[in-house]
Amino acid sequence: MDWHFVFSQALTQAIGPTMLIYALAAIGLNVQFGYTGLLNFGQAAFAAMGAYGLALTVVAAGLPFGWGVLVGFLAAVVMALLLGIPTLRLRADYLAIVTIAAAEIVRRLARSTVWAEYTGGSDGMRGFSEPFFAMSPYSKDATWSFGFVSMDHGRLIVDLWLFDFQYSDRDLWVMTVGWALVAVFLLVIGLLVHSPWGRVLKGIREDEEAVRSLGKNVFAYKMQALVIGGIIGAAAGFVFALSRANVQPDTFSTDFTFYFYVVLILGGAARLFGPVLGAALFWFLYNLFSQSLNQAIRAELIPSSVLSGTQVGPLVFFLLGLGMVLLLIFRPQGILGNRRELMLDVR
Amino acid sequence: MLSAALAGLLLGLGVSGTAQAQEDVGVKGTLKDQDDNLIAGVEITVADAEGVEIATVASGEDGTWLVPLDAPGTYIVTLDESTLPGGLLVRNARPQLEVEVSSAVRTVLFPLDTQLDPDAEPLESESPSDSEGGEESEEPVAGAEAEEEVDPDLEGTGGAKRAVSLLFSGVHFGLMIALAAVGLSMVFGTTGLTNFSHGDLVTFGGVVALLVNVTFGLPVWIAVIGAVAAGALFGWLQDWGLWSPLRRRGTGLISMMIISIGVAMLIRFATLFFFGGERERYTQYVGQEPWDLGWLVITPKEVYTGLIAALVCSAVGAALVFTRLGKATRAVADNPSLAASTGIDVNRVVRLVWTIGGALAAMSGVFLSINDGVKFDMGQHLLLLVFSAVVLGGLGTAFGAFIGAMLIGVFVQMSTLVVSPELKYVGALAVLIVVMLTRPQGILGRRERIG
Repeated sequence: MDWHFVFSQALTQAIGPTMLIYALAAIGLNVQFGYTGLLNFGQAAFAAMGAYGLALTVVAAGLPFGWGVLVGFLAAVVMALLLGIPTLRLRADYLAIVTIAAAEIVRRLARSTVWAEYTGGSDGMRGFSEPFFAMSPYSKDATWSFGFVSMDHGRLIVDLWLFDFQYSDRDLWVMTVGWALVAVFLLVIGLLVHSPWGRVLKGIREDEEAVRSLGKNVFAYKMQALVIGGIIGAAAGFVFALSRANVQPDTFSTDFTFYFYVVLILGGAARLFGPVLGAALFWFLYNLFSQSLNQAIRAELIPSSVLSGTQVGPLVFFLLGLGMVLLLIFRPQGILGNRRELMLDVR
Repeated sequence: MLSAALAGLLLGLGVSGTAQAQEDVGVKGTLKDQDDNLIAGVEITVADAEGVEIATVASGEDGTWLVPLDAPGTYIVTLDESTLPGGLLVRNARPQLEVEVSSAVRTVLFPLDTQLDPDAEPLESESPSDSEGGEESEEPVAGAEAEEEVDPDLEGTGGAKRAVSLLFSGVHFGLMIALAAVGLSMVFGTTGLTNFSHGDLVTFGGVVALLVNVTFGLPVWIAVIGAVAAGALFGWLQDWGLWSPLRRRGTGLISMMIISIGVAMLIRFATLFFFGGERERYTQYVGQEPWDLGWLVITPKEVYTGLIAALVCSAVGAALVFTRLGKATRAVADNPSLAASTGIDVNRVVRLVWTIGGALAAMSGVFLSINDGVKFDMGQHLLLLVFSAVVLGGLGTAFGAFIGAMLIGVFVQMSTLVVSPELKYVGALAVLIVVMLTRPQGILGRRERIG
């Protein structure tokens, strides 16, 4: 078995473009669920708003890339308002059901054949990412080497003997932008939650009635949290769409949202760095399990009668689901969390 | 070969690469007859939009064919019906399809059968998740394609007859939702848990019946009994092993709700692991000859499963009203602490509710699978409709859940008169949101503060 390859893959993915999508979406969710206690089960739809807002503006409407980003953010804000106005006055579990239903509506509308000439139906869309990669400062044919860091025709290789990191020039550009977004959002949220505004949010999570009796407009605070989380979700959608250079409706399923929750709870809800740590760990573990199982099957350490290549995916997700259940039962605060902070209850 | 469903799953997580998709352009497909036998040696011709032939290929031993293309565009794919073996036909009578090829290998679907679809009626008289399931994760393009191609035929059929058929299939579908919804609503009523894994109890029923029927080779009616018993046992075990200890620990309801999502993932991926991502069918009642009553076309299996479901729902309702335990259950749902103080063993009632809920969900799963086959994510897609039904009827009330389920079932089916079938679930989910807006306590729910 090639352990070097397994660890290289797992570590490369632990800070790579895919992890950034989950980190960003979970940061948004952290504002909504972690700090305010809103059960938004439709974060995938906010990501879809970002991704489709960008793709439709650039491809279908033919507008510049910057407009696409703007439309994506606006779509997420509109979605948050539409969802929030009817449901934020209701109990937490009602919000959960409505957001999950809304996310499913968005996905089904996006894959519908009715307007497939614009959205591409279930095939999705592509051809909107070129302006983004044209801005990339990383050259496709840069070749140099400096100590353990080398660049081979635009492919960055950081060789640390036991393992190495490898990224293509496109990955590097997505990661630069993605990590910059993560840094900006963490900074903004870090400042916000330590402001009086953030203390009201936590107050709403702990006891809505108490906050209301202090004369705060709970509904407005919840709405602001929903909108901010949704905007960050849309940013996750941008990174998702751009890193893959396409959007596909079925990737924005309810499972997508559930994995954001796994990431958030793994890292620790209501902790600033929880989502980032959770996303890194989630993708590290996912790649570690699936790559080592694949290697073991290829090296015939595991006979194919016990486990075939196609069963690796379900098995790894089964283990991740099991991990999530056990985590919630025995350590609901995650890695960074504070147990006393998260005694949520709806009744 | 990576199963298609798994591919979709990995795509959802962004694991699969996209680089190769940018280079390969083409059309492909797999030819199968109604019993899923692979058909080899059938000639398929691909021509461009002007009708200039590009290539003719024959399907291989494994039924697959592939034509690589140079550029995206519109192509005409023709299946030469004269090369089809022994009486097979293209079921929807469309051996020639015009397909839009974007920048990937596109799947083109030719449904083969020994007989033509009688004006495509079975598609609609079969319960909805059929077309639904087809469009989900198994080769997304193929499903959408099939729907696109069949649609115009549906438009042509007589309005009134179609409406009546849809009404009946809506009632049938509603009964199936009701079986699942009653359990979900009662669990919510007695414990306050919004159980996101209830849909996967439905899948569980379908899968157990598959095991009994296909693997052990027993008839379907035994499989139904086996699945219901297994569902009851599974519900009992879940409460005994997981939920009851959690309640004793004082775990918060939101934590429990998220745990139920984890449980749903566990059941779903275990099913995918052991059974794969393909849609499996039982050995009996697959292609049943429908009864054509002139004003209504309905298959016998729908009549029987519908009647059994209605009987079971009535029995549960009667038990709730007339038996001691039923009264105790309603008391717990109303006010658990008050019920406990009058001497009702709340934990015993909750255990019973889980057992019955599991059994009913499993029954719903088998009956749905008799029509549409079993797939690992069937319950997940049903779950949102079950939620809609429960919310519409009033969370926590068994009778409300039943009424809500019937309304949702009929609404979903009848809405295809107006909207395209692929959007019928959207309507049901929109109803859910509208109900939340205007009457969050549902039809039978008590007016209380839920904000």
